[in-house]
Amino acid sequence: MKAPAPLQGGPGLNLPARLSPLKVLLFVPLMEFFIQQFTNGLAVGAIYALIALGYTMVYGVMKLINFAHGELFTLGAFIGFTLLVTFDITGPLGTFLGIALTAVIVAGLVALAGHVLEFVAYRPLRRSDRLAAVVSALGASIFLQNAIMLRWGAQYRAYNADLLPNVSVSLFGQSFPLLRLLVFLTAVLVMSALYLFIHRTRMGMAVRAAAIDQGAAKLMGVDVSSVVALVFIIGPALGGLAGLMVGLYYGQINFYMGQLYGLKAFTAAIIGGIGNIQGAMAGGLLLGLIEALGAAYISVAWKDALTFGVLILILVLRPTGLLPERVAEKL
Amino acid sequence: MRSRENSGGGFFSGRLPERVRRTLSGGLPLPLTLLCAALFFALPLIFKITGLATARYWLDLLNTVGLYAILALSLNVILGHAGMFNMGHAAFFAVGAYTTAVLNTLCGFGVFLTLPLAGAAAGLFAYVVARPIIHLRGDYLLIVTIGIVEIIRIALVNDIFGVTGGPNGIVGISRPILFGYRVSRPHQFFYLIWFFVALTYILFHFLERSRFGRALKFIKEDTVAAEGIGVDASRYKLMAFVIGAVFAGFAGTLYSAKMGTISPDSFNFAESVILFTIVILGGSGSQKGVLLGAFLVMGLPEVFRGFENYRLLIFGAALVVMMIFRPQGLIPPVPARYVLPPPWDAYQEPQDPSEGEGEARGALFPEGGAGEAAPASAGEGGRPSGGGGE
Repeated sequence: MKAPAPLQGGPGLNLPARLSPLKVLLFVPLMEFFIQQFTNGLAVGAIYALIALGYTMVYGVMKLINFAHGELFTLGAFIGFTLLVTFDITGPLGTFLGIALTAVIVAGLVALAGHVLEFVAYRPLRRSDRLAAVVSALGASIFLQNAIMLRWGAQYRAYNADLLPNVSVSLFGQSFPLLRLLVFLTAVLVMSALYLFIHRTRMGMAVRAAAIDQGAAKLMGVDVSSVVALVFIIGPALGGLAGLMVGLYYGQINFYMGQLYGLKAFTAAIIGGIGNIQGAMAGGLLLGLIEALGAAYISVAWKDALTFGVLILILVLRPTGLLPERVAEKL
Repeated sequence: MRSRENSGGGFFSGRLPERVRRTLSGGLPLPLTLLCAALFFALPLIFKITGLATARYWLDLLNTVGLYAILALSLNVILGHAGMFNMGHAAFFAVGAYTTAVLNTLCGFGVFLTLPLAGAAAGLFAYVVARPIIHLRGDYLLIVTIGIVEIIRIALVNDIFGVTGGPNGIVGISRPILFGYRVSRPHQFFYLIWFFVALTYILFHFLERSRFGRALKFIKEDTVAAEGIGVDASRYKLMAFVIGAVFAGFAGTLYSAKMGTISPDSFNFAESVILFTIVILGGSGSQKGVLLGAFLVMGLPEVFRGFENYRLLIFGAALVVMMIFRPQGLIPPVPARYVLPPPWDAYQEPQDPSEGEGEARGALFPEGGAGEAAPASAGEGGRPSGGGGE
């Protein structure tokens, strides 16, 4: 055990006035453990939120679960792998510039892939029934997953451990890994930008209008086709970015990881009320917290089951999501 | 396609033989169908006579196809007939398989003794999990069922109740004994499994044409209208779920018996996706289509083993292409096979595709008009009297 911190702990710790030294000895490390798990949950949750945004935007506009979104996320992780590990882009450019450039390229390429995907697999099905679109999405997902496997192999791939300096940052009397902060802050930054875009620009307004009622939006002069195309560019870009983050954060990636991350991110989107952009952000963070704390305090082995349990509970009890804001259509 | 399916059901008369003849063989004359079936069931013999060196391999493949056919046929009741997007069918399969495996290895039950128990366990499980979620619409149900199949897999990996053997699963499931005859070789399993396929096919064939099947079809077409007429949609949907699950449980028993060892990996999400695509590719709601789908999805990859790495890639692309150009599946259900009484054939003969609405109406009239004074004014309104006229 580490040496107990001074009695006051940090600003976040309000210790009861009368604590025996023994209790302090137990309490402070426990609290520390909790804070570490909590922040870890926030970082993972931010990643979920980024992926969930792709699901929720597509669902909002097209009423379609884009099953291939998880694979786009994987694609992002692998493009990042190629740039950072195979091409060693951080060598000549320096760590931060290299990673920033990687992020931009990843987002761009995955956005392109998403755009092509929409054009090939979804656009022809815009007017057919939902089942056909869902199955097409599944087909696209299977295709992409295997394409990734054929290109990068079926084994685990590891990002170099020394890509980012393994330093800790002290905040509020606690020290956190730099990476965790970076992941969280980047995600929050990107999401804020998206929020502003959706709520402050004309294009954003078009997206919101198309999400509420495609037909009415069309009558009001919104070009729904380009909104759909836009959504299929922004969503995958965010998903690809999340893939890169997972690669950096966990260090290991494989070709089928998109399946689980996709399901979890979709759960996050449902928690926030699908189609609701702020909801996806909040849902992602919440799910990350539930998962991290559940793994820490309940059981690591049942971590994923916990996520799906939450998913089922929410769909059964409150299918429109936890945020009251937007009333989804009748279930 | 949607509106045409409305013409199902309603017809109920004493002309059973003709009905059986025309519908069971579906287009093909019955003798030809029987001949095909006979040829198929003679395959092990043919293999033996010709001395085919790879007979064992082909029989194993056919057994796998058969198992998936049972699973896909049972999923077809849920997905094809009731129109519920169930992507967790592997969960029911798992419950059945593990019930058999546990009862056989721990309690020493014979495999065939566990068959009804496996079906019951899967059905009960389906009842419990489906009851709260049955009202969920389309893709929400899909996501929840994915969640269920994942939870089941995780539970099995984590050795739930201490009987599932964790990630390694259960080994040493004994061979089934039928009338003192031990089923262990591929051709024996071939007959066992395909007997079950035939049984499932025939049962579901008549189920589809029963009052129950017609209710499901109605619910699929328009739940609100069905409920308005007095069809208890939730109850019928739940029943469809349970029936599908029971047969998936049976398939689980057969699978356990055939493999002798089972592990959680065999019941994952991907397995559910395969079943789902079998039904959709073949033709959702059409049993012949589903059978064909099982052969294609399970058989073709084996035939093209040379392209091993590319088969799933091609499969995925094929799904997309298929949904764009033929979303109804390879052999969609054929509503025209419902034989209408002769006087009304006049309504059906002009098969002008341009007036789909009129055609649906024409098909609706005879049902409602059969005995009761069903108002012809409301298109949906004519429907229930067909169901009620039974």
